[in-house]
Amino acid sequence: MHEGAADPGLYDYHPYNARPKIAWPEGKSCAVWVAPNLEYYEIDPPSNPHRKSWPKAHPDVVGYSYRDHSNRVSHWRMADVMSRHGFPGSVSLSVALCDHHPEVVADGVERGWEFFSHGIYNTRYSYGMSERQERAIIEDSIETVERATGQRIRGWLAPALTHTPRTLDLLAEYDFHYTCDLYHDDQVQEVKVAKGALASIPYSLEVNDHYGFNVYGMSGREYADCLIQQYERLAEEGERTGSGTVMCVPLHAYLIGQPHRIGPFEEALAHIAADNRCWKARAGEIVDAWRAQVGRAA
Amino acid sequence: MSLPDNYTAYPRRAEGYDHDYYGWSNMHDRAPVAWPDGKSVAVWLCVSLEWFPIRPEDKPFRAPGHMVTPYPDYRHYTVRDYGNRVGVFRMLEAFKTAGVKASFAVNAAVAERYAELIEVVLADGHEIIAHSTDMNGTITSDVAEADERSLIADSLARLEAASGVKLKGWLSIARSQSWRTADILAEHGLSYTCDWVNDELPYRFKNGLVNLPLNTELSDRMIIATQQHSAEGWAQMMRDAFDWLAAEARGTAYTKGGGRMLPIHITPYIIGQPFRIGALEQLLADLSGRAEAWIAPGADIVSVWEEQQ
Repeated sequence: MHEGAADPGLYDYHPYNARPKIAWPEGKSCAVWVAPNLEYYEIDPPSNPHRKSWPKAHPDVVGYSYRDHSNRVSHWRMADVMSRHGFPGSVSLSVALCDHHPEVVADGVERGWEFFSHGIYNTRYSYGMSERQERAIIEDSIETVERATGQRIRGWLAPALTHTPRTLDLLAEYDFHYTCDLYHDDQVQEVKVAKGALASIPYSLEVNDHYGFNVYGMSGREYADCLIQQYERLAEEGERTGSGTVMCVPLHAYLIGQPHRIGPFEEALAHIAADNRCWKARAGEIVDAWRAQVGRAA
Repeated sequence: MSLPDNYTAYPRRAEGYDHDYYGWSNMHDRAPVAWPDGKSVAVWLCVSLEWFPIRPEDKPFRAPGHMVTPYPDYRHYTVRDYGNRVGVFRMLEAFKTAGVKASFAVNAAVAERYAELIEVVLADGHEIIAHSTDMNGTITSDVAEADERSLIADSLARLEAASGVKLKGWLSIARSQSWRTADILAEHGLSYTCDWVNDELPYRFKNGLVNLPLNTELSDRMIIATQQHSAEGWAQMMRDAFDWLAAEARGTAYTKGGGRMLPIHITPYIIGQPFRIGALEQLLADLSGRAEAWIAPGADIVSVWEEQQ
């Protein structure tokens, strides 16, 4: 990025109505990827002067145990609903989860899920990191996930969405293929990096379960309706324009896996799965299909 | 501002938790729990009885539901007291009609100030759980150890004196504990706390205390007061949750099944309003008619669970 500039220079402007068309496999019009955030929040993280981790003095019992629900109860509930309807996960992973609760990561591996890094912990923020520290968390992520899953990670969603001006350039340098940190589009887009190439895959804040429940205060049924509307619109646009769109369903088991929400969520997923315009894909497959059509930036 | 070198060092990064309160386990892999009479879903009704002094102290923080306007905040003081004068009696009537027993998490000050209310709660066979002194009695690690010890001791002594009950359970205000709270509660001989929301069945801390998770997401405070759904919307969510848990209890691809628990945390000044109470009455009628439901106070759920460990 252009550090200090008013326009960070992350990408060029490509209006939705005038850009090269993207074709998804088998003529599907909307690539749908499900992104469970498998996270570990530390109970007593060191402080970062740029952002407070817990609002209360440690231990923040509700904040901590609320997230821990994922790793004791709701991960399996959420994962099973996804598997029942044929959706693999592309996991935004606090990589230290591989150390703390390897059983959760192993479950994703068994289900054929893809993993990318969401930092070491969701309580360690990139703000203020030196280049050496930022390289350390990238290298740690690559090594840790490779050891736990056999996969060389290709994607990044910054820990707690905290970045530095050099993050995206470093990702390209370490041969990452996609970032989930930019929310400017409903199609895969090229990111401008110092060297090499990096794609931005649409993730989503607006249909993220965190926004649905903890920002907008939706019921499980309202959130499920919102997912269906999002899908129907993107599938229809992809069909009408002949250019494939992308829908991400970003999840947190401790939210979507609550007993009063998981039933309506399953109905929404079943609806999307049954539609023949849907390409159920992993993040890497979507980026690969796109990259094969646009070529590599010079 | 740069970060110290040790910001990328992780001394507690190892298998298990980064604390020593309890061990890890996956609820779905545990030996199945059996509730009495072959029921599969324990429904735990937990009512908070709160008294908010009109002068909030904010030491260490202001409790949810506490005063909002500059002093004197008549509007919040009185609407909270509405719960203790009127709303809770509608709830007690609803419980009696449905033939169900609940837990009441009671500030010591409520027991002292409203003896008639506590008499009805006990006469109807409900459980009393300790819930601090009053709504200024909040806890975090910012509270000095001596102050926290005296707050908990005072709360238990006053509530036991006013109610005549030997207490088993503890609910912190806003479920907020310090590093020490779990040990202090165990030292007082309490058998369980409800503060940690990470599970859907009871589990034991290493110090012997049981945690009976009182889900914040399923509370009327969260759903009605914070997320601003109707009482009917709240009741629908409780039914959706019950249906899911009843299905899970039968076993699925990811779980052996076994007893499940639905905690329903409710507040007299919220659900006890005339236009909302009907939703609770209807929900209780529905749930008490469900073949899978065992509606029981927290202490009963803990003791049935303990017998099977």
